[in-house]
Amino acid sequence: MKHDDPFRIARKQSHVGRYVLISGVMGWFVLLILFPVFSIVKEAFSDGFPVFFRTLTESSALKPFGLTLWITVGTIIINTVFGTILAITLVKHEFHGKLFIEGLVDLPFAVSPVVAGFMFIILFGPNGWIGKWFEAEGIKIVYAFPGMLLATLFVTLPFVAREIIPVLKEFGLQQEESAYVLGASKWQTFWKVTLPSVKWGLAYGMTLTIARSIGEFGAVLVVSGSIINKTQTATLLIHQEFTDFNYVGAFSAAIVLAFTSFFILTIMQRVYKRKGES
Amino acid sequence: MTNKAFFRLNISKGDLILRSLSLFYIGLLIILPIIAISSEAFQGGLDSLWKNITTAQAVYSLKLTFFVAFLMGILNIITGTATAWVLTKYNFPLKNLMNALIDLPFAIPTVVTGIMLVALYGPKSLIGSLLGRHGIEIIYNKPGIVLALLFVSFPFVVRTVQPVLHEMDRDMEEAAKTLGAKPLTIFRRIVLPTLTPAILTGAALSFSRAIGEFGSIAIVSGNIPFKTQVASVYIYGELESYNTQGALGVSVALLFSSFIILILLNRLQVWSCKHETR
Repeated sequence: MKHDDPFRIARKQSHVGRYVLISGVMGWFVLLILFPVFSIVKEAFSDGFPVFFRTLTESSALKPFGLTLWITVGTIIINTVFGTILAITLVKHEFHGKLFIEGLVDLPFAVSPVVAGFMFIILFGPNGWIGKWFEAEGIKIVYAFPGMLLATLFVTLPFVAREIIPVLKEFGLQQEESAYVLGASKWQTFWKVTLPSVKWGLAYGMTLTIARSIGEFGAVLVVSGSIINKTQTATLLIHQEFTDFNYVGAFSAAIVLAFTSFFILTIMQRVYKRKGES
Repeated sequence: MTNKAFFRLNISKGDLILRSLSLFYIGLLIILPIIAISSEAFQGGLDSLWKNITTAQAVYSLKLTFFVAFLMGILNIITGTATAWVLTKYNFPLKNLMNALIDLPFAIPTVVTGIMLVALYGPKSLIGSLLGRHGIEIIYNKPGIVLALLFVSFPFVVRTVQPVLHEMDRDMEEAAKTLGAKPLTIFRRIVLPTLTPAILTGAALSFSRAIGEFGSIAIVSGNIPFKTQVASVYIYGELESYNTQGALGVSVALLFSSFIILILLNRLQVWSCKHETR
């Protein structure tokens, strides 16, 4: 009567189901994610490595990468400092409207990057609310570096704060209070107690910020005015090369960014693991 | 209780500085831009705003945006849940590599995603030309938009469902199994109800990403009005042609949907917390 054993039948069925499921999921992943990644490698090198290299080292290609680097550096510094301050304020202070502000932190993830760029034009454009004051002083914000930095700051704002807030909440105030009671100054408490506890969460938030800053396109495009050699970042260069039908140029620049993201991803994984362990 | 009082008794200069810095940060980057765009949009009155949202081209772009986002959401729910399931429940070769690569779409710039898809499915590519001979167009048509959205939002559902699956009690599943329930019944009656909040959270996140997505779609869709022009690309087009009013209308429509999704996500979080404590 072995054949009628319900467990055996169920197990057999789930075995078949398991293989179907695994191959289905892997197939989908390969088709959707890996195929496109490989296709771009093939295209970038279609004219050989020398052409790829020459396209990239042209000064018109190098400058945008430099600008991307500066925007990323600025973003990471400002958002790490202010994101940490914001997280500490939201977790440790009690004040009216706190829940509202906590809700606002997530907003940049939900807003379309184009709309984000548009908001900054309204605010900081030459005729904008704040922009006109700067314009009168001869300082350009939109269609220049500061505007692009602001737009990138907006789209990456949640990363650092969102990573630290839960850690701070869980960590509580006990250890800090002890440190404080034992005579540590607030500054010392922050450096020796608070910061080490959020270290890996902060690092994870920072890698996410870097990845997004390098890759941001929509918001930066809108506020940049896309002035070649002046306000063109790497992603804007790719877009321009593509619309100019210069595919090798577009693919070559794209592959550099793709490799950079791949590198960041591996760091991200490491940091994420450490974050989980601590 | 004493925790809060502890710091409240000491509203020192330092705390005041922290609070003002946080408020400045959130105020400048989020609150002010939102106020600016809203007041600009409502300046001409509700009638003119409504007129800008309901032009034929704007309506089409909004409809298309929600349609492709919805389609992508459904596909993501199925494939994301299946992927999370396979990655937590089974062992198979290359599993760790696949798990590591799930986040790749978050690291790759969206413009690069678009370029990759064109390289793979574009009219000049091997697959694209083969399909083109049979009258199937992927790039510069709607399937390309859905593919791009699926790529950029792939990790959301997987990464929200995975931890829940990981921590789920296996007792109930095993009890059902001993009582003779078929695997599919177990999944439907026991696993799925536990996973639902996580699946919906992932889907809402990917949906909100999809309605705002710009970079990959700008490359892949060809931006043909009344065919492949989505809302974010429409806004960009209006900005390019200095039609601020037209851009404002659709921007406000998108912002409004972002707010709704954020509120929905908040509700979902409350719901899943209840699930956990039960």
